[in-house]
Amino acid sequence: MTVTLARTETIIEIGGASVRVHASDTSFIEMLERRYAGFATSGGRADFDFDVELAEPVAADADADLRVTLDSGRWRLERGDFAAEFDPHSRRGRIRQSPNPFSIDALFRILHTLMLAQEGGFLLHAASAIRDGKAFVFAGASGAGKTTIASLAPPDVTLLTDEISYIRKDGNRYTAFGTPFTGELGKSGENVSAPIAALYLLEKGRQNHIAPVSSAEAGRAFLSNILFFAEDQELVRSVFCSACEFVGQVPVYRLTFLPDSSVWEMLT
Amino acid sequence: MTCKLYVARSRSVASRKLGEETMIMSGLDSTLFTLDEVATIIWEAADGSKPLEEIVDSKICTQFKVERAEALRDAEALVEGLAGHGILLLSSESLTGANSPRKAEE
Repeated sequence: MTVTLARTETIIEIGGASVRVHASDTSFIEMLERRYAGFATSGGRADFDFDVELAEPVAADADADLRVTLDSGRWRLERGDFAAEFDPHSRRGRIRQSPNPFSIDALFRILHTLMLAQEGGFLLHAASAIRDGKAFVFAGASGAGKTTIASLAPPDVTLLTDEISYIRKDGNRYTAFGTPFTGELGKSGENVSAPIAALYLLEKGRQNHIAPVSSAEAGRAFLSNILFFAEDQELVRSVFCSACEFVGQVPVYRLTFLPDSSVWEMLT
Repeated sequence: MTCKLYVARSRSVASRKLGEETMIMSGLDSTLFTLDEVATIIWEAADGSKPLEEIVDSKICTQFKVERAEALRDAEALVEGLAGHGILLLSSESLTGANSPRKAEE
C-alpha cells in the first residue's frame, strides 16, 4: 500500500533567497508550485518562513494602496487583498489572504525588496537576459519596450525576466538573477544568474542606437525604476546610496531600438 | 541692513555627486532632486558655517562670469526653494553643529 502525504509546504527560491510557504490547503501549495515552476523546491532549509492563513475574500478594496511599515520591530504589509507581518530577526511571518496567487506574489516582491535593500541590491522594472555568460538589463517604464526586447531575443539568449529584474551585489560586482515575475510576455524567466555587463535605458525609435548617458541621468533613470515599498527613512537612504553606487560601477547606456530582432546584433 | 543668511544641509537627506551634478533624495518623502554644477557648489559649501553671500563671493563669482548681484539673487532663490522642500536649513545665525550633513559616500 502506498501512502501519499498531503503536501502543506513548499519553498520558493528567487535570487538565491528562499521562502518556505506553509498552508493547510494542499491545493494552494500545488497552485504555488505550478505558478513558480523552476523556482519551487521542497525540503531543505529556507531563509524565510511564512504561514499562510487562507480566508474568504474580504469586502475591502483589493486595489487599496499598499503600505509597508516597521512597527515595534515587525514589518507590517497591508493591501486591500492581504495583510501580513514579518519579524526581520527570526525571519518568520504570516499572511492572511484569499486563495489567489497575486497576494503572495506581492508578498514575495516586498520581502525581496526589503532583503535586497540591506545588501545593496534591487528589484528593478527591467527586462534582463544572459548572453555569452554576461547579463544585460533593460530598464524602462511601462511601454518602453521591456517585453518587446525580451520577445525579440535570439535562441542563444537566456531570458531572466521581461518585467522585474533581480539584482544582487556581490563584492564589487552585480549579478542578475532570473525571476518568476512576469510581464506581458507571461513567461517566467530561467532560474539562472550571471554578472551584469551593462544596463540599457530603453527607448523605442526608428533606428538602433546605443549612446552613453551621464552619471546623473543614469542615476535618475535607475532610481525611477526601482521597486521599493517600505516607508522607512533609513532604508530609503540605503536604496538611494546603493543606486548611486550601481550606476557608478555598471556601464549605463540609452538604447534606442527598432522593434525587430536586429537590435540584438548590437548586444554582445 | 540685510541680515546674513546661513545655509546648512538637512540631516534628513542623502546626497551623491554624479559627474557635475548632485542627486539628493529626501528621506522624508523620497523626493528626488538634481542640482546642476553651480547649485552643487552651493550645496557642498552649505555646512552652516558661512553666510550665503560669502559662499557666492568665494565659490561662484571666482569661477563663473556672473554679476555678483545676479549670482546672489539666483543663490537665494535656490536655497529658498530647497529649504521649502526641507532639504536645506536657513538661519540668520550660524548653523555649525546643528546639522552635520549626511552624504551617500559616507
